Amino acid sequence: MVRAYTSRICGADIASIRAIPAEIGGGFGGKTIIYLEPVAYLLSKKSGRPVKIVMSREEVFRATGPTSGAVIEVKLGAKKDGHITAVEAVLKYQSGAFPGSPVNQGCMCGLAVYDLPNAVVTGYDVLCHRPKVAAYRAPGAPIASFAIESCVDELARELGIDALAMREINGARDGGKAVHGPTWVNIGYQKTIEAANASEHLKTPLGPNQGRGIASGYWHNAGGESSAACHINEDGTVTVTEGHPDIGGSRASMALMVAEVLGVPYEQVRPVVGDTTSIGFSASTGGSRVTFAGGMAVTQAAEKVVGELKKRAAVIWDISAEAVEWRDGRAYPAGANAGSFEPLSLAEIAGKAARTGGPISAEVQINAQGQGPGFTTHICDVEVDRETGAVKILRYTAIQDVGRAIHPSYVEGQMQGGVAQGVGWALNEEYVYDKDGRLENPGFLDYRVPVASDMPMIDTILVEVPNPRHPFGARGCGEVPIVPPMAAVANAIADATGIRLRDLPMSPPKLRAALDAEQPPRLAAE
Amino acid sequence: MPRVSYTAPTSIDDAVKALAASAGVAKALSGGTDLLVQLKSGRVRPEVIVDTKRIPGLIGIREEGDKFVIGAATPGIMISADERLTRAYPGIVEGVDLIGSTQIQGRCSIAGNLCNASPAADSVPPVIAARATAVVVGPNGRREVPVENIVTGPGQTSLQKGEFVVEFRIPKPLPRQSDAYLRFIPRTEMDIAVVGCAVNVVLDAGGTCTEARVVLGAVAPTQVIVEEAAQALIGHKLDDDTLKRLDSAARAACRPISDKRGTIEYRIKVAGVLARRAAAIAFDRAASRA
Repeated sequence: MVRAYTSRICGADIASIRAIPAEIGGGFGGKTIIYLEPVAYLLSKKSGRPVKIVMSREEVFRATGPTSGAVIEVKLGAKKDGHITAVEAVLKYQSGAFPGSPVNQGCMCGLAVYDLPNAVVTGYDVLCHRPKVAAYRAPGAPIASFAIESCVDELARELGIDALAMREINGARDGGKAVHGPTWVNIGYQKTIEAANASEHLKTPLGPNQGRGIASGYWHNAGGESSAACHINEDGTVTVTEGHPDIGGSRASMALMVAEVLGVPYEQVRPVVGDTTSIGFSASTGGSRVTFAGGMAVTQAAEKVVGELKKRAAVIWDISAEAVEWRDGRAYPAGANAGSFEPLSLAEIAGKAARTGGPISAEVQINAQGQGPGFTTHICDVEVDRETGAVKILRYTAIQDVGRAIHPSYVEGQMQGGVAQGVGWALNEEYVYDKDGRLENPGFLDYRVPVASDMPMIDTILVEVPNPRHPFGARGCGEVPIVPPMAAVANAIADATGIRLRDLPMSPPKLRAALDAEQPPRLAAE
Repeated sequence: MPRVSYTAPTSIDDAVKALAASAGVAKALSGGTDLLVQLKSGRVRPEVIVDTKRIPGLIGIREEGDKFVIGAATPGIMISADERLTRAYPGIVEGVDLIGSTQIQGRCSIAGNLCNASPAADSVPPVIAARATAVVVGPNGRREVPVENIVTGPGQTSLQKGEFVVEFRIPKPLPRQSDAYLRFIPRTEMDIAVVGCAVNVVLDAGGTCTEARVVLGAVAPTQVIVEEAAQALIGHKLDDDTLKRLDSAARAACRPISDKRGTIEYRIKVAGVLARRAAAIAFDRAASRA
């Protein structure tokens, strides 16, 4: 993407551009577009010297684009028993000076957690005098989810039905059809609700000024083009090259999958992120697609290598390749008829590679299909300081169908990171503009992301409904955790105070003003 | 890029000379946690920077009779680690401890926090509430002034050309005297006070307040000593009626601005809340010191 866009803008051959990915950081959508690359390219061409351009934090804030601001109206109809009969939703997303807000994704994802007999959803991409918007983790979905999950919560309270029961009654299930088209197969949404109901968190009592909120979320996840290579080194160690920058721990997942296919210890596999000249084309690193699509590519590359290893063992033993079996990192004769040979380890075969046909490696290019949708349910407890309007997150549990968790602690990290980012969005993060439309807070002092002490330990429950279209059952897991937090926090505040906040962020001044409007404070009343 | 000269004199006289001799802007440096950031952003362009840390007495805490003396460049971490100060004025320690992060605490000083002249400086309200004085030296000698007389507006101080603060002198507390400092920020740390409030009280044996000082931060161009709030406390125990009058007095003293960190309306409300809460803590502490 970086290479293609730069090539297009600069009128340069793709082959003349080499994109070298940087290490972890700046993900979440910020790198799914180019910024200064063409400028550096042209300056370098003019000057004949290497050119490095680094954006300052302030420039990143001012120039790279936030997600959309939005206005959403939702109308829900339901029977007394809780069955939602109809939804009407109008979503208006800001796009800045050019079209291209993620309102389409909002329209699709916002209602996807429900099985709805009737729905009308209209999205508007609204041009405005604001910075152009950019992709931001699950683009468009959290915004729609805040509106819809808040509204479902209000409806549940009105009907006197428990928030999880409401989702049990109306939630998406296998065989159901989403408003935006797909018929669900092998989805784990209801299992996230079961796990929420069974959680220790739900049994914990709440104190005064405390409240509990529930919200669910959906993200499609993506497949697409990926390349990978698997090389067996002369000493039997393995190098895996992928085309995706590691923005969330994907190296480790790639190594685990390859180790599993080859039957060797994880430590024997060294994953490497290639640049655009060292590996075939891989499309954008985004859409929660890397462990799914990249993982499929490395698995297939490793499988090809296993086929080659069997052939090499067959050469050494002078039998047919079909008569060789690969298990636990060794070649075995497939049965008594194949002959009697001592098993050959990966290292032994690698050491003899020069005499059996040369280097052993395989590269695979795929256009991965069959990504599994991601569903999640979050439980959030808050405590409200009624005098300052400050909201403290007391406890948070994220329950997510992650497919098969290839590297469970990295999956947990994705879930916890999504929650922390969503809580920031819910409570304090905002672009503050002055009356002339200039951004007033282009830095992390006043663009208030949560600090570590703002967050409790975020509990995670991994529900594993394997994706049958992936060799190890992986689904994307990195984006859906940012979808429910805003509604989960809003629903918890409503539970604690009876006040429904509909405007983000739900910052202390706004909550205090809402509390005062509800019930003027005794001390301020004199 | 304009040249900046740096000097680290080892005597007060040399420091004063270096500051006074400069034709352009001269800046005294202690920890540098504000100054270096401002240099980098280009907000200040001094001709000379005079590092005060090598001057004897500028770092350290000592007792002189009925006073604590805190050297102007004493880093925050030494103040919060000082058991005498922690016992005597937990509110001052709270204020100092809120400056920046753990790393900043190794460098930041009360003098820097004061002379940076931000209305939101966290260490300043409790120091004023304790009736501390600042010892200022300059070409015309040495003067001792109440700390509240140093800051005259955002970024503005009453220090004259060549002058800098060498130490703070804080009267040792009476037997039933204590203090507290609270600030409100939207997150739990790493932020600038939306409102700050220090309360320093003296109680009699029965728990009635005999002396009080209430100082607000971030609600006006400078820190505000709220005389009416002190009057609301003096002669009273901390009952509902007293708290109510304290809250009103604190709110009435606010002259805040609306900015990216808070609105006028919200700052005023929170000033009342913090005054009550800080008073409750200070009363508790004072009573338990008896």
